[in-house]
Amino acid sequence: MSVFFLRRILTLVATLVAASLIIFLVLDALPGNAAQMLMGADASPDAVHALTVKLGLDQPLTVRYLLWLKGMAVGDLGNSYVYGTPVAGLIAERLVLTIPLAIMSMLITVVLALAAGIYTAANHNKLGDVGVMSLTQVGIALPNFWFAILLILLFSVKLQLLSAGGFAGWDDGIWTGIRSLLLPAISLAVVQAAILARVTRSAMLEVLREDFVRTARAKGLGKREVLWRHVLRNAMIPVMTVMGLQFANLLAGTIVIENVFYLPGLGRLIFQSIANRDLIVVRNCVMLLAAMVVIVNFVVDVLYAFIDPRIKVSNL
Amino acid sequence: MSAPLTAPAGTAAIPPGARPVTGFWRRALRHRSFVLGAVLSLFVLGAALLSLVWTPWSAYDIDVASKLHPPSAAHWLGTDVLGRDIVSLLLVGARSTIMVGVIAVGIGLSFGVGLGLVAAARKGWTEELIMRMSDFTFAFPAVLSAIMLAAVAGPGMVTSITAIGIFQIPTFVRVTRGSANAIWAREFVLAARAAGKGSFRITIEHVLPNILSILIVQATIQFALAILAEAALSYLGLGTQPPQPSWGRMLNDAQTLLFQSPMLAVYPGAAIAIAVLGLNLLGDGLRDLLDPRLARER
Repeated sequence: MSVFFLRRILTLVATLVAASLIIFLVLDALPGNAAQMLMGADASPDAVHALTVKLGLDQPLTVRYLLWLKGMAVGDLGNSYVYGTPVAGLIAERLVLTIPLAIMSMLITVVLALAAGIYTAANHNKLGDVGVMSLTQVGIALPNFWFAILLILLFSVKLQLLSAGGFAGWDDGIWTGIRSLLLPAISLAVVQAAILARVTRSAMLEVLREDFVRTARAKGLGKREVLWRHVLRNAMIPVMTVMGLQFANLLAGTIVIENVFYLPGLGRLIFQSIANRDLIVVRNCVMLLAAMVVIVNFVVDVLYAFIDPRIKVSNL
Repeated sequence: MSAPLTAPAGTAAIPPGARPVTGFWRRALRHRSFVLGAVLSLFVLGAALLSLVWTPWSAYDIDVASKLHPPSAAHWLGTDVLGRDIVSLLLVGARSTIMVGVIAVGIGLSFGVGLGLVAAARKGWTEELIMRMSDFTFAFPAVLSAIMLAAVAGPGMVTSITAIGIFQIPTFVRVTRGSANAIWAREFVLAARAAGKGSFRITIEHVLPNILSILIVQATIQFALAILAEAALSYLGLGTQPPQPSWGRMLNDAQTLLFQSPMLAVYPGAAIAIAVLGLNLLGDGLRDLLDPRLARER
């Protein structure tokens, strides 16, 4: 605990406030008037004014910003300009899809990447290593939405095993839901796994050269045991840093992938809201995504200290 | 005879301090990923340049009568749903891709390197502020900032270029500051300081030239990322707008026709993958060739 965590938590709060400020300024201060955008260029000034007052947009910027912060603190994000329903509810409906999708693809990413990374590091410079590394080089170059389309071509159009899009929901049982998120999750995961596999491999190769690895081998531990017990654990720091950063990409990726598979998640909600000029929904969705990115990276930062106690000392 | 210390067979004996410029191309041509990357990148660049002077058909003329033709002698890869020639669309698409990439990386490079150099030169709270700001920008991936910009300014090429450019800045800040700090710790900088040079002159005359190769490598890799981001934004309709052809847009159009003409969804994606793969390999190769100390474990 103590200074290390205190500093991290302060940075976290400052970052979140800064993010909210930027988002608010870009979305609410720049366009001038959301009411005008909603009603179109040729709406009568009276009607625009009435709507401005109705939406509370006539209050000063600072007041509106503080009201928004206060609303976020108590879970009241205001009402959608277009649907008139609470924004918090709209978002919650969509998170039921987006969060499982993100978790599924992160799981697939980690499993694929660690398997490939450990395998290649253990077989350094052998045929398998070269083969898998070339594959990851290609994987990194694939746009995830194209890979998604290729998966649809293979599994939906040719083999007709899985549906090309849409979401069955969780009501028909968990497997039905997972089935419809499988292709999206795989297409998000494969590209990220390629990057993470390379990071895992080079981190492990670095550790393999350390003296303590030789010592461990010398005292009679088996190759496998050294690899899992000593090398992997010490190689986790760079791997986790990249995983944290990848989570940001993953969330941005869900926006794209949800559109490929017509999934009613957060990404689709943002898009519909842009099309509808529903700026209050856009604002809260963007804030939520940015906050998730910041918080995940905070958690990674704190986890370091648990994995490697040396960090806590050196970062004081 | 003052022969250099006997070098082990197979490694070039480069006297310390000498710049291994003379051997660059000889080494480069033997470097597999550099050669492959250069060939692929030149292929894409060539396609873009070719499209400026010649395309088999016009990439803009709509001819619904000849829509969705399979590949033939006239249309090598067939036509799309509006009867446009796929090869021509791909060639012109290469141009959009490279243009967006160059401008976006240019934005990232100029702001990022500038801020990174200042952070390294000034230290103290200036450095702290710049680094916190760049950490903070990581919270907004390109797609997210493009969405915000598109919500207020409308979608388009300018929106996507700006968003991708902003997203590139923090990476350049980090790389520049990290490597510049290492140069600032060297003796020759101390000597330059003793000779009375100010931090600005030291930055321009000593720091920048010494980190140039690292920046070139990073720019190559960022270029690849910019291409991926541009493709995603155009696919979503936030980037390059029709009728200007773009690979991402072509994929979006093709997706509605997966059952009729599946190959339409294959070509533009392959083009993106070739461009990105080429740049990544080129970046890896350049890293090995320009600065062997940076060579990744392979």
